[in-house]
Amino acid sequence: MAHDGHHHHEHDGQEGSALSPLALRVKALESLLVEKGYVDPKALDVLIETYETKVGPRNGARVVAKAWADPAFADWLTRDATAAIASLGYQGRQGEHMVALFNTPETHNMVVCTLCSCYPWPVLGLPPVWYKSMPYRSRAVIEPREVLKDFGLDLPAEKEVRVWDSTAEVRYLVIPERPAGTENFTEEQLAELVTRDSMIGTGLARQPQ
Amino acid sequence: MNGPHDMGGFTGFGPVKAEADEPVWHEDWEPRAFALVLAMGMTGSWNIDEARHARERLPALQYWRASYYEMRHYALILQLIELGLVTAMEEEQGRMSVPPRPVKRVAKAEMIPAILAAGGPADRPGNRPQGFALGDHVRTRNINPHGHTRLPRYARGRAGEIVAVHGTHVFPDSNAHGLGEDPHWLYTVRFTAQELWGRDTRDCVMIDLWEPYLEAL
Repeated sequence: MAHDGHHHHEHDGQEGSALSPLALRVKALESLLVEKGYVDPKALDVLIETYETKVGPRNGARVVAKAWADPAFADWLTRDATAAIASLGYQGRQGEHMVALFNTPETHNMVVCTLCSCYPWPVLGLPPVWYKSMPYRSRAVIEPREVLKDFGLDLPAEKEVRVWDSTAEVRYLVIPERPAGTENFTEEQLAELVTRDSMIGTGLARQPQ
Repeated sequence: MNGPHDMGGFTGFGPVKAEADEPVWHEDWEPRAFALVLAMGMTGSWNIDEARHARERLPALQYWRASYYEMRHYALILQLIELGLVTAMEEEQGRMSVPPRPVKRVAKAEMIPAILAAGGPADRPGNRPQGFALGDHVRTRNINPHGHTRLPRYARGRAGEIVAVHGTHVFPDSNAHGLGEDPHWLYTVRFTAQELWGRDTRDCVMIDLWEPYLEAL
């Protein structure tokens, strides 16, 4: 939880109490909204289950692996990423207008939302804490190379870094470079090499063992 | 508005700390708080731009200190109270004391998959002519509105190049204020690090910007 975690302890003053004041407040709001008939508690369960188990970066990894393995699919992604991604069953909320950004030997793409935390949910799930954090949102546009160093990535000066600030409803998915030595890999094997961070642009795909 | 949400270019917030094998949630209340935000959004009581504007109207120090889901919870309460869906006393006590207001829709469990799959596309037919084409050089306007805008402070009054045209999309500056969707042409504009930050690198920042933010160069 990085820097975001510490402040919970400020609220958690009473050692041993079952719920923090914030937890109690959320619980109270849920009771109220259910009592007023605005919210179906079973719908809340479905929403939580969806983002815990159904939607996550495995989806995006499948898109990337297919793009690596299938030039026609890569071409479709370039022309109409929303439709190409929907053909694999990933669509809807926070992925209505998708654009795929292909990394190349000359160009590295990296995605941020400086104004909120826009993120392509259908392919990557909910964003990690660091993506929503003030350090990332503030620094990604002004010093992307230093931010990448925080992730252990030191890019050569001759490589262009393109930072995409998601200010509208367009959502970006980075297609990392395909690792060398994977010519005979199946799509399933390729997908294993695709990390979440490599699809945000704060990492590279894994090298095969 | 020049609110606490407009983070691009700040320094002083420290390093980015990624967590290995990060779980989806970090506190037990987070999934409930998040689901309440989504479910209330599905009542149709506000649009996405009004929801974003509520977050940026939180007091700056509260916005910066809160964790993400905590911030969303506070912004939800702000909206519920402003719209009279909930009173401050009800929120305090967690019990209903005034009758509910009618809402457009209550999302039942079985409706959720279809609602999520449909999403909320922002492209709309528009009758405005397209003002800029690929390769055009533009300058962003130097605007500092009191209301909602998606033109970040760090990119105002800066020269860039149109690198993508996305069609006509809902204009947040109108839609966040009950002024209608007012679709405008949406472009991706490329700004060099030299132009934005005076940095002599080959790097650049791409920003999605609506036509009213731009003027011809």
